[in-house]
Amino acid sequence: MRNPISDKSAALKPSGIRKFFDVVSEMPDAISLGVGEPDFDTPWFIRDEGIYALEKGRTFYTSNAGLKELRQEIAAYLNRRCGLTYDPLHEVVVTVGGSEAIDIGLRAMLDPGDEVLIPEPCYVSYLPCVQLADGVPVPIRLLEEHEFRLTAGQLEAAITPKTKVLIMPFPNNPTGAIMTREDLEAVAEVVLRHDLFVISDEIYSELTYGGDHVSIASMPGMGERTVVINGFSKSYAMTGWRLGYAAGPAPIIEQMTKIHQFAIMCAPTVSQYAAVDALKNGDEAVAQMRESYNQRRRFVVSTLREMGLDCFEPLGAFYVFPSIKKFGLSSEEFCSRLLEEEKVAVVPGTAFGDSGEGFVRISYAYSLDALKEALGRVRRFTERLEHA
Amino acid sequence: MREKILAVMEKNSRIDLKELAILLGEDEVAVANAIADMEKENIICGYHTLINWDNTSEEKVSALIEVRVTPQRGMGFDHIAERIYQYPEVNAVYLMSGAYDFTVILEGKSMRAVAQFVSEKLSTLDSVLSTATHFVLKKYKDHGTVLSKSQNRDERMLITP
Repeated sequence: MRNPISDKSAALKPSGIRKFFDVVSEMPDAISLGVGEPDFDTPWFIRDEGIYALEKGRTFYTSNAGLKELRQEIAAYLNRRCGLTYDPLHEVVVTVGGSEAIDIGLRAMLDPGDEVLIPEPCYVSYLPCVQLADGVPVPIRLLEEHEFRLTAGQLEAAITPKTKVLIMPFPNNPTGAIMTREDLEAVAEVVLRHDLFVISDEIYSELTYGGDHVSIASMPGMGERTVVINGFSKSYAMTGWRLGYAAGPAPIIEQMTKIHQFAIMCAPTVSQYAAVDALKNGDEAVAQMRESYNQRRRFVVSTLREMGLDCFEPLGAFYVFPSIKKFGLSSEEFCSRLLEEEKVAVVPGTAFGDSGEGFVRISYAYSLDALKEALGRVRRFTERLEHA
Repeated sequence: MREKILAVMEKNSRIDLKELAILLGEDEVAVANAIADMEKENIICGYHTLINWDNTSEEKVSALIEVRVTPQRGMGFDHIAERIYQYPEVNAVYLMSGAYDFTVILEGKSMRAVAQFVSEKLSTLDSVLSTATHFVLKKYKDHGTVLSKSQNRDERMLITP
């Protein structure tokens, strides 16, 4: 029999997080700070709307790009929250989570050999999605001394004549970094000068703690060269509903919708109906969750610093990214030993790119009691390391 | 800052001061002062414990009583309310809009004790016209907390990207 597996698929590196997941799953009594999703249930009024949609028998396909009403609400939302203006009929496509939007966005924009700049550490799927779209991923190593922001200088240095797309993963998973308006202006200037396009993954846009999120698409001249990706998973605690969207220039969205149509048909119908209600009536629920994350964020940062861990103040998402360099262990060694000795799971920074070496990702999407217990164990562990 | 302190303390009055200050990103002394001020200003009126008596061996009966009254000249409802809330077995008294005037929430050792209170004390007040007593059969949720809740399990996978 011939080899059924394509070279392209075989060459994809499995996610570093997967490896760690397998180890943790073998330890049923482990407590985890390794989850990349909200701990809240989806607010009841949204679930209720989903139930209602099922009762009404809204179980058929929607149009490929998504319910018109939902796209209108998305456009209204992006206008209200980020000052962006989109035509809901031609510039918005509803996808199966933000992840699908990343995939089809890259496939719509890349020709073989096109280079895509990926600031790292970052979410695990950009790099393999670029490879699947026959692009060439070019990581940019973000630095702790810049609080893991992308600087114009770093961007400039990574650009070649083949560079086509810049991925902007802010607010960032795993570092919790955000980009301020000034940071974005500097980046936008370079993007414009080199005629690049941007895929801006803003899935954590509602979870910022030092002022409202700024979208790079709102910078002058950037709207026409930026695809904004967002969704319902993080802001409305709707991960399992699998619903996201992309908004951008009509020619790109048209191509994305075409690929989406062939690959997916349409995003889940019940989720779409529930999402309409989320956007219409969800602002207060989002604000409440944000406040709760913010309190835990302060608690975790303060506790980590108290135990002597180096930790810049993350102003977005629900992660902190402390440095563990002073212990002389690699990220993986640190995480494996913490898991073995104290049964606490955190994710090695290297799962999010080589530049995550020396850091670990701690999620604070947990109850305060769970965080206290887990961080107490981390403290015991680091004290042992220090006295060894 | 006051609203934020109240929002946290309403859910957890036992939180320690240092932790509260960290959660809110405020100075510990400033938080302590704000709480002391709110106690003085009668904004924070007490610190109570939410008890699910059904899970104890203690027998307790709660009743909600609708009370219709004739307000007295020059005193309005407040005077009658005071006559009612002075009784220690009365847990809460609210002035209502709509078909009746007061909701009185009562806690007694038995249905008989409640009935006795209504017939001997409440109904005999001069201004009380009528009462309708509703006994609570089961408390599902109280003060925003679900009482019957079995331990909430984290359904999430242990590690996700």
